[in-house]
Amino acid sequence: MAKTDALQGSLDLLVLKILSRRPRLHGYAIMAAIANTSGEVLRAEEGSLYPALHRMEEAGWVRAEWIKKDSGRRARVYELTAAGKKQLGAEESRWQSVSLAINRVLREA
Amino acid sequence: MSLWSRISNAVRSERLNREIDEELQSHMEEAIASGRDPKEVHRAFGSALRARETSHAIRAAGWLESLVADARFGWRQLCRNKITSTTAVLSLGLAMGSCVGAFRLIDALLWRPLPVANADRLYSLSRSGIGFNGTFQTFDGWAYPDFKLMSAAAKDKAQLIAVSFADRYDITYASDEEMEKAYIQYVSVSMFSVFGLKPALGRLLTEADDGVPRSAPYAVLSYDYWSNRFGRDPSVIGRTFRMGNDTFQIVGVAEKPFTGTGPGVVTSIFVPVCMNRWFAEPGSTWHNTFLIPRPGVPLEPLRQQLETVSHAFEADRLKGAQGAPREIIDRFLNQRLNFESASTGVSWLQSDYRKALNTIGVLVVMVLLIACANVANLMTAQGAARAQELALRVSIGAGRHRLVQLILVQSAMLAVCAAALGSVFAWWAAPFVLSAINPPDDPARLFLPADWRVLCFGLALILCVILLFGVMPALRASAVRPASALKGGERPHTSRRMMHSMIAMQVAFCFLVLFVSGLLVRSFDRLGHRPLGFSSDRLLLLEAVAQNPQPPVIWDQMAESLSNTSGVEKVALCGWPLLAGGAWNSYVSLNGGPPGSILAFGLTVSPGWLDVMKIPLIAGRDLRTNDASPGQAVVNETFVKTFFEGESPVGKSYGMWRHKYQIVGVVADAPYRDLREAILPVVYVPFHQVADTPKGALLPGDRATFVVRTVADDPLALAAALRRKIADAHVGLRVSNIRTQTEVVRDKTIRERLIAMLALFFASVALLLVAMGLYGVLNYSVLQRRREIGIRMAIGSPRSRIIRLVVVNVFAMIGLGACAGVALGLESARYIESLFFQVKATDADMLALPACAIFLTALVSTLPAILLALRTDPTELLRAE
Repeated sequence: MAKTDALQGSLDLLVLKILSRRPRLHGYAIMAAIANTSGEVLRAEEGSLYPALHRMEEAGWVRAEWIKKDSGRRARVYELTAAGKKQLGAEESRWQSVSLAINRVLREA
Repeated sequence: MSLWSRISNAVRSERLNREIDEELQSHMEEAIASGRDPKEVHRAFGSALRARETSHAIRAAGWLESLVADARFGWRQLCRNKITSTTAVLSLGLAMGSCVGAFRLIDALLWRPLPVANADRLYSLSRSGIGFNGTFQTFDGWAYPDFKLMSAAAKDKAQLIAVSFADRYDITYASDEEMEKAYIQYVSVSMFSVFGLKPALGRLLTEADDGVPRSAPYAVLSYDYWSNRFGRDPSVIGRTFRMGNDTFQIVGVAEKPFTGTGPGVVTSIFVPVCMNRWFAEPGSTWHNTFLIPRPGVPLEPLRQQLETVSHAFEADRLKGAQGAPREIIDRFLNQRLNFESASTGVSWLQSDYRKALNTIGVLVVMVLLIACANVANLMTAQGAARAQELALRVSIGAGRHRLVQLILVQSAMLAVCAAALGSVFAWWAAPFVLSAINPPDDPARLFLPADWRVLCFGLALILCVILLFGVMPALRASAVRPASALKGGERPHTSRRMMHSMIAMQVAFCFLVLFVSGLLVRSFDRLGHRPLGFSSDRLLLLEAVAQNPQPPVIWDQMAESLSNTSGVEKVALCGWPLLAGGAWNSYVSLNGGPPGSILAFGLTVSPGWLDVMKIPLIAGRDLRTNDASPGQAVVNETFVKTFFEGESPVGKSYGMWRHKYQIVGVVADAPYRDLREAILPVVYVPFHQVADTPKGALLPGDRATFVVRTVADDPLALAAALRRKIADAHVGLRVSNIRTQTEVVRDKTIRERLIAMLALFFASVALLLVAMGLYGVLNYSVLQRRREIGIRMAIGSPRSRIIRLVVVNVFAMIGLGACAGVALGLESARYIESLFFQVKATDADMLALPACAIFLTALVSTLPAILLALRTDPTELLRAE
């Protein structure tokens, strides 16, 4: 089992969010999208991205499918399921409350 | 969904690994294609193996994967030791199959509830107390008028059902020539509604069919009979058949599961009680009485109420009785009425075979335990041989539970293989044993469905077996200490000690099986060789019936005509064949006094019958043609001993059936109705019976048996010719059954033969298993102690010491086991005493026989190990070390 560190939760959130905007992405594309949209600030490590994807797949939040790429190789693309959408909502509100709380601490201390 | 995908991923774990690899590979290519440095990409991923492991662990069910791996490994282990595995599977399979087979029979006969509504609240009424023959007995037969009274008395509290014992009757569908047999049950029509039965076709009997004698000649077929006799032809409704003088109309077919109330017999036809000839007879007890209390009714007050009603009825009936002394009648009236749970129905097969089947069941369990002990020893030996492998597993991080799992999985695979084999065996064995229960022309019939009951039993059995033979060896093997095991110095004594105690247990159980089997076989032998007092060779019995009673002269002429057939030596007539089960009795009065308290039994025979049967005349003369009953009688020696204290009785008189008889001859003893009971006092009275009127005209008879002694050795060769002769005579006689006297005698020992046969089979299996077990254990211990033996030999230990070293422990265990076996055997023999005949558990030879058998087996099976030990070559052994 992968280690659950602080980033774990936010990685799930980022992946779910990306997939909710742009369905059917493979692992590299998700990684690239996270880097792009965050202006190269956030970077998902390969070593934790795939365990996270597989875990979310087993939890039923995302669904995976093999497709043929133009190069002839196969790629595994992911898309959000209904359960995943619900989870995204929960993760988002959790993130909002956590970041609000952190901001409050930063302001007041 | 998720669990399912994890399970399926665990099974196809190689493919999963490939997929994960492919996905990661495709990622890297993508990254490199987008311009990243290949080295940097690889570094970012870290170890590819680790990434795969991580994802694999997420996507596949780990516990299952280890199970699958253990199963594969276990299978390879089993395949590696082919001979031992096969032996284990065979012996376990045989034992488990026997267990399941025994369960199927016992369940179908004794445990399975009747397929009717309220079966759990069904009670059978019986009476117990001192009977007319002076012994304590329980009897479940009732007279219908008594039933009527009880039924009315219990009206608001319970429903009562009268169901006759299922009997074979002759019925005809067309002409009288084509007579056939069918099992008929007379039932009170309320049975169908109370049992909640539905018709499969037509209608069932209704209240309108009850009441007035002979008012409802209607019949309902059982589904089984409808299928087998009529091929499920719906046009059977409305057809008629004749039974005796009545013509019945078929009105319906009962639903499939209901086959009557007596397991062992599948009823063919249900007819209303009012059609029974004893319907209104207060003195004829011919049916069972079932009772279903209404919800919430307490049983004890109801029982007392019915007891009072029944007592009053019997007291009224026996008010003027003269056939028996008063105190016997009073004793009879004092009987207690019992409610016995009858959720599984009531039948003679149940009461006859309950003990026998349970005994076989116990023997089978013993054999299973012996087999389990064998396999446990085998697994222990294998575990010890695998100590190094297991130690290695522990040292690279396997937990103890993983080792236990590893070995248990292997045990489970053995058990499942054995169960598969066993189920095939049980499939065949249960019907086979059932078919051996009754004579072949009238087999006992039980439905032996392979349903959830059998399945659950099978699964529970597998579980038990795994627990019995798998857990101990698994725990022992998993307790391996890597350091000492890898050095090769694990102390072997602990596992040997366990194997030795298993040997003691096996020998104890084996002794029990042999002991009980010996008693059963000896009983059968004694019973089979019991002197008959008559000669049953070349005797053909033609049981004939007359549509309308025919005068004796017709019967005599028929006998005369039969004796003129070529191949026939002599012919005589009797009421029914000896040992066929029929009985006719009365108390005997002497010197014109009141009847005494001892019953004597009677049989009507024609002059010359004694000669045909070859029963020797001891004093006086045979019956003559002008003798009649009541009038003259020939009595047996036991009768003389019982009533005349040995003095010559010829010419003296006695009273029976309220008539006077004069003794004209004395004959040697012969068993009357059963081989097991002591010889009864028997009177043979003339076949010619005179009416109870002053004129004394000869009474016509409606049934009798022609006893034919043939010239040729096979009496059945004449059966067809004689049957035709009787039919062609057109005197209103028909043959209802043809048997040989030898068959009739053999039928009397059928249960004893069956259990003796089964017991013998299981005894040999048990002995074989013990031999295998002994051989295995000794061989193993010699192999393990080779070094020690080699050293002892090298320093000059004599051969006798070596042999002692090898066998002394084992023989001590055998002795211990045998002692335990004797105790077990003597204790358990008390429970099945009623199955024995002229043999006692304490007979010295009955104890010596199994002891010798076990000792001989032990000698033979230890020989190879002794030879192996003696052939140990110290130099070779020490060089190899």
